[in-house]
Amino acid sequence: MTGPPLLETRGLTMRFGGVTAVAGADFTLGPGELRCLIGPNGAGKSTFFKCLTGQLRPTEGEILFDGESLVGEEPHSIARRGISIKTQVPSLFDGLSVAENLRLAAARTRNRAETRAAVDEIVGLVGLADRADSIASQLPHGQRQWLELGLVLACDPRLMLLDEPTAGMTKQEVARTAGIIREIGRDRAMIVVEHDMQFIQMIAHRVTVFHQGRILAEDTMDNILADEQVRDVYLGKQAGAGRERSDA
Amino acid sequence: MSRNALGLWTMGVLSLVLVFGVPAIVETFALIDFTLFIAMAILSLSLAFVWGFGGILCFGQSAFFGLGAYTYAVAVINMGESTVPILLGILLPVILALVLGYFMFYGRVSDVYLAVITLAVSLVFYYLIGASAGEEYKIGSARLGGYNGMPSVPPINVPGNPSAAVEYEALYVPAAVLLAVVYFGLRALLASDFGRVLVSIRENEARTELLGYDARRIKTVALAIGAGIAGLSGVLFCAWGAYVSPTVFSLVFTAQIIMWILVGGLGTLTGAILGCVLIQYLATWLGETKIADVNIVLGAIFVAIVLLVPSGFVPMFARLGDTLMRRRGEAGS
Ligand SMILES: Nc1ncnc2c1ncn2[C@@H]1O[C@H](COP(=O)(O)OP(=O)(O)OP(=O)(O)O)[C@@H](O)[C@H]1O
Ligand SMILES: [Mg+2]
Repeated sequence: MTGPPLLETRGLTMRFGGVTAVAGADFTLGPGELRCLIGPNGAGKSTFFKCLTGQLRPTEGEILFDGESLVGEEPHSIARRGISIKTQVPSLFDGLSVAENLRLAAARTRNRAETRAAVDEIVGLVGLADRADSIASQLPHGQRQWLELGLVLACDPRLMLLDEPTAGMTKQEVARTAGIIREIGRDRAMIVVEHDMQFIQMIAHRVTVFHQGRILAEDTMDNILADEQVRDVYLGKQAGAGRERSDA
Repeated sequence: MSRNALGLWTMGVLSLVLVFGVPAIVETFALIDFTLFIAMAILSLSLAFVWGFGGILCFGQSAFFGLGAYTYAVAVINMGESTVPILLGILLPVILALVLGYFMFYGRVSDVYLAVITLAVSLVFYYLIGASAGEEYKIGSARLGGYNGMPSVPPINVPGNPSAAVEYEALYVPAAVLLAVVYFGLRALLASDFGRVLVSIRENEARTELLGYDARRIKTVALAIGAGIAGLSGVLFCAWGAYVSPTVFSLVFTAQIIMWILVGGLGTLTGAILGCVLIQYLATWLGETKIADVNIVLGAIFVAIVLLVPSGFVPMFARLGDTLMRRRGEAGS
């Protein structure tokens, strides 16, 4: 890797009573890098994201973004530093229209005219141009995911965290999402949590495997697929699940 | 014309009628009653904003109202001229709200506790001021008077001219103008970026914060704006009756404000005014005619509305209007 990392965690740990969801994760992401994060259910991926965004305060460890510590910062100030998240369960303003949702996200850093331009651009980018006036709660699941992707994008972040962006999508929608992510990933860093291996192969360069709150492996997709240890904890079970879903 | 624009025009015309039309037709005696309704409607608007749009369940709006009333009373008794006392009657509740908001929102107190805390603040005022009956409880030359309250509070005067009192029916027009200013001011605020973000916090606070907005600060400011408006209402109330007592901090009174909002419909400003005037009018009428006990009737109405029209009257009629307009549109096409 060239230059200092954009994001670095050292010994990051999150305990809930007796459960250790993240157990001393040492993670590094370079500027502009697109990384996929995989791991079985309960591996601690979402908890890891919640620590990065300030929704949870880690029990131990350090988070450095651009060399500065994020531990103990409020979610809104982390967002202002340039980290934006698409949560696992889509989190939208359900009573507002698609355009109004995007406007809220875009308006914080832009004036009226810029906001309007940004909303127009993003609504097209995430494929919702003809649904701009639809109320968010009435969108089908796949489009809700895209809307949230749009919200994240409207913040113009330096680092995007996407937690299962294709969950519940049809095959065509998954392919389209991969296109969107490749497009927006060109000029910003991104961490994508996914279970769908085909999707990961469409977008990923490097893949990090989480297991029981720790980083088990980190390599290219092909090497990860060949890794015995990874197969054991994850792929054997998950590849079956992946087939089931693509049939549906 | 959109429904929003239609509503704005309707309310504009209604305000003109309220300010210029009503005094021309209504007799003096009724005008004095109306002034009270207007003061209360301003209070109702303050909670409609804080609760209906900010999602802040403030059960102690009466604390800000009462503090405004008492501040005005104490200050005007000491100063003789009403301009500064009016401003203080707005400012002190704002400061109280900023302090409370700081502890509640920055301390991430949950909604239920927030309701309990604000209610408790109001009741603390009730008992504290109630216990101030002795001679020694004076602020300057103003005796607090315990549960007997403070009588003979001087009226509002033309700014700079203490001998030109604005009292009895003369208070009506300024009060009506203030109601219109508060109403349209709140509408403008809600249409601004601040208002949009405030409503988005009500809709989804976690998401709003993840977008980079500081929900704690925005909610504190909203509470303070509501407190200032409630304080203004308290000033009007106190000047209207030349009197204030700890009942303004009582549980019954603070519950009534909540009832106005629920009757008119949570999440509408117009509803807050209608609900307030409707209930007040009914209470006055029942009190005069003695047909039935006021509290029993109001209690029964309240239960009926919560069970039968849980969204309140204004949203119900708005929906009805939309349905009718759509039908007519379909028939026409
Ligand atoms: N707020 C919480 N309180 C207690 N335990 C929690 C909490 N949040 C997560 N956990 C536990 O932490 C572990 C990690 O959960 P997490 O949601 O981070 O996993 P994940 O990798 O995102 O899984 P999935 O793939 O199913 O989304 C799980 O055992 C979960 O039950
Ligand atoms: Mg998860």
